[in-house]
Amino acid sequence: MLEIVIWLSFAILSLSLLLSFVRLLRGPSLPDRVVALELMASLTVGFIGVHAIASQRFAFLDVAMVLALTAFLAAVGFARFLEKRGMHADD
Amino acid sequence: MTEWIAALLLMAGSLLMMLAALGAVRMPDLLMRMHATTKAGALGSGLIMLAAAVFFGSAEVWARVLAIIAFIMLTAPVAAHMIGRAGYFVGVPLWGRILRDDLKGRYDTDNHSLESPAEFNERRQHEDRRDQ
Repeated sequence: MLEIVIWLSFAILSLSLLLSFVRLLRGPSLPDRVVALELMASLTVGFIGVHAIASQRFAFLDVAMVLALTAFLAAVGFARFLEKRGMHADD
Repeated sequence: MTEWIAALLLMAGSLLMMLAALGAVRMPDLLMRMHATTKAGALGSGLIMLAAAVFFGSAEVWARVLAIIAFIMLTAPVAAHMIGRAGYFVGVPLWGRILRDDLKGRYDTDNHSLESPAEFNERRQHEDRRDQ
């Protein structure tokens, strides 16, 4: 039962990663890409959680914690960069 | 029993994540995309972490998982607020069929501060009186 659900959620998460990659490629503006990147980081946190269950090693949860922290820092950094830089034509 | 609960949480979490990704692809403008990704994404990863805690069941895993969930719930709104604000400020086009934009004209382009509604209305009345 749990094995099927684990593989199913791996599949669903991979599909979501693919979808957010579509948004990352299509843009159209830089903030859209930042949102897609943040979603990908959040998806990866979920991936690590599923992998921790699949491999039955809970040490992976520490990785998820660190990844959530760095994703937040990256989002804040991107937001500050955007606000300082202003809109450019090549977005 | 715990396995069933973990499976249920895992399924709910990953389906919410897919909902977030679907919203990111399908929604028409930046703020709506963020509306989909921030909330569904945070809840989805929180549910998957909860599934891990239920699956392992030991105290140290519960402590870690609760710390991660608290961290996600604290940081996701802050990050979304900052990106949305930067996006609005930078001038990302809003959806064409939006009826009113309450923030319009209230951002100071020099110091990036936001006027409160009271000040904004006062200034508007001032300008109206001067025009007459």
